[in-house]
Amino acid sequence: MGAAFSAVYVRDLRLALRRRVEALLPVVFFIVAVSLFPLGVGPEPQTLRQIAAGVVWVSALLASMLSVTSLYAGDHADGSLEQMILSGQSGFVVASAKAAAHWTVTGAPLVLAAPLIGLLMDMSGVALATLVASLLLGTPILSLLGGMGAALTLGLRSAGVLLILLILPLAVPALIFGAGAVSAVDSGLSTSGHFSLLGALLILTGLTAPLATSFALRIALE
Amino acid sequence: MQWSSLSDFLSMRGYGLYVWGSYIVAAALMLLEPWLVQRHRRRALQAAARPATEDQSS
Amino acid sequence: MNRPIRWFTFAAPSRFYRLVDVINPWLWALTVGLALAGLYVGFFIAPTDATQGESYRIIFIHVPAAWMSMVLYLAMAFWAAMGWMLNARMASMLARALAPTGAMFTFLALWTGAFWGKPTWGTWWVWDARLTSELILLFLYLGYIALVASIDDMVRGDKAGAVLAIVGAVNVPIIYFSVRWWNTLHQGATISMTAAPKMAHTMLVAMMLMTFAFWAYAFATVFARAQALALERERDTDWVRDLALARKES
Repeated sequence: MGAAFSAVYVRDLRLALRRRVEALLPVVFFIVAVSLFPLGVGPEPQTLRQIAAGVVWVSALLASMLSVTSLYAGDHADGSLEQMILSGQSGFVVASAKAAAHWTVTGAPLVLAAPLIGLLMDMSGVALATLVASLLLGTPILSLLGGMGAALTLGLRSAGVLLILLILPLAVPALIFGAGAVSAVDSGLSTSGHFSLLGALLILTGLTAPLATSFALRIALE
Repeated sequence: MQWSSLSDFLSMRGYGLYVWGSYIVAAALMLLEPWLVQRHRRRALQAAARPATEDQSS
Repeated sequence: MNRPIRWFTFAAPSRFYRLVDVINPWLWALTVGLALAGLYVGFFIAPTDATQGESYRIIFIHVPAAWMSMVLYLAMAFWAAMGWMLNARMASMLARALAPTGAMFTFLALWTGAFWGKPTWGTWWVWDARLTSELILLFLYLGYIALVASIDDMVRGDKAGAVLAIVGAVNVPIIYFSVRWWNTLHQGATISMTAAPKMAHTMLVAMMLMTFAFWAYAFATVFARAQALALERERDTDWVRDLALARKES
């Protein structure tokens, strides 16, 4: 099982690295999207600080969803996905490995880009640290949910937009706990509740999303 | 009777817009929906009456 | 006789279709009867509320609609799961038939929620836990409808829809909890739709009557839509052809 996981994981990483520009697009989108908010809302630091956590989280969510269709689309197009699933490989392992690869390529860079964004929005040091920590826990959840959405919409015409519509409601709890942690810190309250819930959500999603994804893959490939 | 007159009833003592705004929309939706379903059923029957060779899709 | 009960007899689209033809007139009669009774009690017997005046009478639609929106989603997930597990396409058709009606009730709950909120709280929209959860529920419905509509292969659509509906159903309590958490964190927690008027007995009666009326309505509408879906999906079968030709002649 571990071997299968690393095989799929490493392969996906290698494929992503061959297309470095494409791999970085979500991060670029993330930065652009966040930068639009001050332009729309006004440059008042006070306002920006207030909306920063929510803006960053929502932009990270959208950026994550943009690249998630490619998780399975390439393999589906050349038939290797069918090989993987029908060869008796555990769908759960394949889904987990692909979500892990997605997080490594898209999620982790988002977490690394967040401090830069935080500065643009005039966030305080503590708020920034909390934001980065919440994204560290939250982006894997997004990758896992996104993988499920990609499997459900495999090969469909408007898969990209449809996927976003399907996954966004499911991502609401992560968004609430993640962005809420930053609000809590700003108000001087404890963030332990938020992080515990976020952590629990990550564990729950990690156990259930790959299962749903493997069902969805089988259904799409039948 | 707690309504002293028809106009008393219709105005809902100042809340007419909100109460009737709700009830009228509810009634409209719950009349429109079954009508649309009826139409759907009718069209499905009409489509089924046509010879099979006409369209091979679905 | 000791024939076992044929639970699956109505899994056959033709039998389901005929069953609905028999029971739907009764369901419609129930709908109208219960609604008239509920509206009568609600408007002519239930008294004016001390704090909210006449505006509270919106709850006779808002609360039943909200309940239906949640019940229908669970029913949708249940029937989709049944269709998937038992390979019963009539169950899957029932799931597909439930979605639009569920979405309608969700929208109605939101609309009446807004119309109730405006005179009570001064704004058309209030981000309270229940309304916000209803909004997300609407998105879940729309997502399901969009997904099954985008998949041309009916069987794949049924199964993918089942996965999505089950995932959604499991997530609804999590979403509701997180939204309530969110609501209490940010000020404005005093605004809550749960602060319904202290229910006089008559108000409760009216609300229950309207709830049952909505139930009957939902059954009738969903069953009729399931009939339409069965006609489309089974169009190449004898029973559909016979029906279609019989109708053509009449």
